[in-house]
Amino acid sequence: MSEPVSALNGASFGGYCDVTEIGLRGMVTLRGDLSAAAFKKVIEAETGLTVPGQRKIVHGKVVSLAWMSPDELLLLVSYRDAAATAARLADSLNHQHAMAVDVSDARASFRIEGSACREVLAKLAPVDLYPEAFGHGDIRRTRLAQVAGAIWMPDEASFEVVCFRSVARYVFDLLSEAARHGGQVGYPVET
Amino acid sequence: MLLITCPNCGVAAEETELHAGGEAHITRFGPEASENDFEDYLFRRENPRGVHFERWRHANGCGKWFHAARCTATLEVFGTYSAQTTEPPREILETIRAKRPAWTWRDLK
Ligand SMILES: [Zn+2]
Repeated sequence: MSEPVSALNGASFGGYCDVTEIGLRGMVTLRGDLSAAAFKKVIEAETGLTVPGQRKIVHGKVVSLAWMSPDELLLLVSYRDAAATAARLADSLNHQHAMAVDVSDARASFRIEGSACREVLAKLAPVDLYPEAFGHGDIRRTRLAQVAGAIWMPDEASFEVVCFRSVARYVFDLLSEAARHGGQVGYPVET
Repeated sequence: MLLITCPNCGVAAEETELHAGGEAHITRFGPEASENDFEDYLFRRENPRGVHFERWRHANGCGKWFHAARCTATLEVFGTYSAQTTEPPREILETIRAKRPAWTWRDLK
């Protein structure tokens, strides 16, 4: 049995914010009609979480559930549990036009920590990251320079980023460059 | 800068988050069609200076397709609407009529 490893094996960078590859993380993509009661019922029973509204992410003790599009959710679980969780959900959704797939090995994730974390992301994504526009509980799919990614804030002083595993090094380098000492630009501007 | 609101996820997306999908509401003519219809379907496109209807995909976002009505000269966006339709919804047409009384696009006015 080969040992699973994450894309960058937990790489980290220290700047005015710290950038860390989170390492192995379980992710299950759920496709289905998010407005359908039958779909919601299965998801809520299996995850113990309420299906989040548009561009929202909800956090439980061990799992998180994110709104990705009108017919897609992303369930974050421990890496160890991902395959079994996907199989159980697929089984429960068996009679619906829906799908649950373990995509853990297709992704990489990062944490950006520091009080100036908003500006690290604001340098890379065409998104309003002022506190009035984006905060804890929100998730945003966007681009990070040239590649797609999703970002959210577990708390006021950190971001988490998910991207495709194939661009993990690119995203890590982007985030590190944006977080480098001496590169702080003072975002958001105090008014 | 062109900002278009994606009706699928509600984001006022900056142009670089989007992928342009060309002209909207084109009727497909397949192998059984006349040569003229097939040529129109493949090659003939509107090229307006003014009101235009287009398909866009929120590629670096929710990933979904949608329609947008906008002005090619001023970049004003009159509205966005579902991809699952063959014609612009009435409220979009009314918005355009109010703002550009003399507009035409194919057989719409
Ligand atoms: Zn969208």
